[in-house]
Amino acid sequence: MSNQLKQGRLIIAGLVILLMILHQDNWNWDNSNLVFGFIPVTLFYHMCISFSASVIWFMATRIAWPDDVEEEVLAEVSEQGGDA
Amino acid sequence: MIVLGIIGGYIALLLALGLFSSRLFKGTSKDYMLASHSIGPFMLLMSLFGTTMTAFALVGSTGEAYVEGAGVYGLLASSSGIIHSLCFFILGVKLWSLGKRYGYTTQIQYFRDRLQSDKIGVILFPVLVGMVIPYLLIGVMASGTFINAVTRGTFEAGTFPGFLEEGMNGGVPKSVASFIICIVVLIYVFFGGMRGTAWANTFQTCVFMVLGVVTFYVIAMKLGGEETLMASLRKASAAIDADKLTRMHMSKTQFATYFFVPLSVGMFPHLFQHWLTAKSASSFKLPVVAHPFFIMIVWCPCILIGLWATTDLITLPPPIAKNPNAILPFMVDKLNGPVMTGLLSAGVLAAIMSSLDSQFLCLGTMFTEDIVVHYGGKGRYSEKQTILIARAFIIAIVAVVYVFSLFEPRRVFTLGIWCFSGYASLFPLVFASLYWKKLTKAGAYAAVITCASSWIYLFKESGFGSNEKFTVDFKIGGNVYDTMPVMTMFFLTAIVMIIVSLVTPKPTQETLDKFFPEKSAA
Repeated sequence: MSNQLKQGRLIIAGLVILLMILHQDNWNWDNSNLVFGFIPVTLFYHMCISFSASVIWFMATRIAWPDDVEEEVLAEVSEQGGDA
Repeated sequence: MIVLGIIGGYIALLLALGLFSSRLFKGTSKDYMLASHSIGPFMLLMSLFGTTMTAFALVGSTGEAYVEGAGVYGLLASSSGIIHSLCFFILGVKLWSLGKRYGYTTQIQYFRDRLQSDKIGVILFPVLVGMVIPYLLIGVMASGTFINAVTRGTFEAGTFPGFLEEGMNGGVPKSVASFIICIVVLIYVFFGGMRGTAWANTFQTCVFMVLGVVTFYVIAMKLGGEETLMASLRKASAAIDADKLTRMHMSKTQFATYFFVPLSVGMFPHLFQHWLTAKSASSFKLPVVAHPFFIMIVWCPCILIGLWATTDLITLPPPIAKNPNAILPFMVDKLNGPVMTGLLSAGVLAAIMSSLDSQFLCLGTMFTEDIVVHYGGKGRYSEKQTILIARAFIIAIVAVVYVFSLFEPRRVFTLGIWCFSGYASLFPLVFASLYWKKLTKAGAYAAVITCASSWIYLFKESGFGSNEKFTVDFKIGGNVYDTMPVMTMFFLTAIVMIIVSLVTPKPTQETLDKFFPEKSAA
């Protein structure tokens, strides 16, 4: 595994752990405000968590994706002469 | 009648799609079960998403938001966005590569090979099938409740036999509606196999996402009654009681331990099968990225609709107010004309059926591959006979689920959580099998037995799901911490698996070389 890929995986692991910690938003527990006048704060905050998850997973496909797995498998399967 | 006509039309369209996809069927069991590994990124996204978004996500989340308030999204939707994609990333890609290399069709084939245990299927098969039954029950139950609720007042008394008419209020009886949905899904699964299921899932996921947004718009406009959407949204939300906007009544430890529930995705047998259908590892990229965002698109409107149902802008009849499963169909029916209600109902049924189909197909595949072919002997049955046996087993399981659905209903949300908790407790097993060389056969057996026995014990303690507030409480330093049962089951399984693996004979070098090959330095 290249150093760049290792580094990418560490960054993604760190970001996912951070997101998991941020998910436990004790500070919003009794907040009854409405964002934009119609979305409860507790709902809006967790919508942002969902959105952030998509962004982090997009980063994962760019800097931490195991491209080698696909190459190895396809090479092996074609050596065996077709679908396993 | 218009509502019924539209639902009927949708079902006919779905059957036509199943029949059309069957024309592409290659006649082999591999094509029937895995669509010959031909599913690209978009269809993989839609089929994975459609499969994980069940009646639980629509009917269950709306009902739960009605009871528990806005915090329900954080309980499961945002955590699922993180955990589901994590499972696709760390498990899905790796299992796909092993499936492609060694020709696995089911989870049990993989575990049998990885653990060098011919009998692992005997213990794993009943556990996996037993836990999928509550999951199937959610779909079958919710489809009956939904169709009954949106067709109320369509039929006069005496249209159906007396025993069917009890509590039907002039709608299609729940038992009849559930039966029809089971038959429809069975037909297109039988004709189309995995290819038909993937196509139907893609079509149905598009339908329920588009119609979900339309439902939200129409309900908001009708309920708020203002000229613009923004003004209507503000008016509807301003009427929500402050108690429902916060999580004051929710326990913080319970909220935190809900995080274990989405790990179930790692062990769902039907998702495992979908992972194997992928054309390439890159096909996973789109599902990994889009899944959290798609969850948000589906769950947010449902949560808001559930919250609005608690306001004085709408009056719920007592039977509806007592039954959280009926909140969404009631809101759809009450706030729309018959044409819109019909279309929106088709959208909800699409979500329900797009999960049932994968589960039905997977059950058949597991039974034939893991039990009949494996223990009966390869070559004993022809391809045609294998498919026939798969279909017979699916019918038997659906019949059992259908009979269960006729008994006292449970809250869709509660039942879903129990089902997911069981699978989530097996997550340590699949994770260890891929990333821990020291996992042994005995460790795996101990994990499955611990998971099954702790699940059965705690489910019984909860009155088989009737106690919706059931938690496992820990007293530490004078404080009581209430936690979701899944946490206890998860750690028990993991600890037993690790201890037993450490004291029992290691896997052979041949197995380790096969599953953990040394990589040459890049």
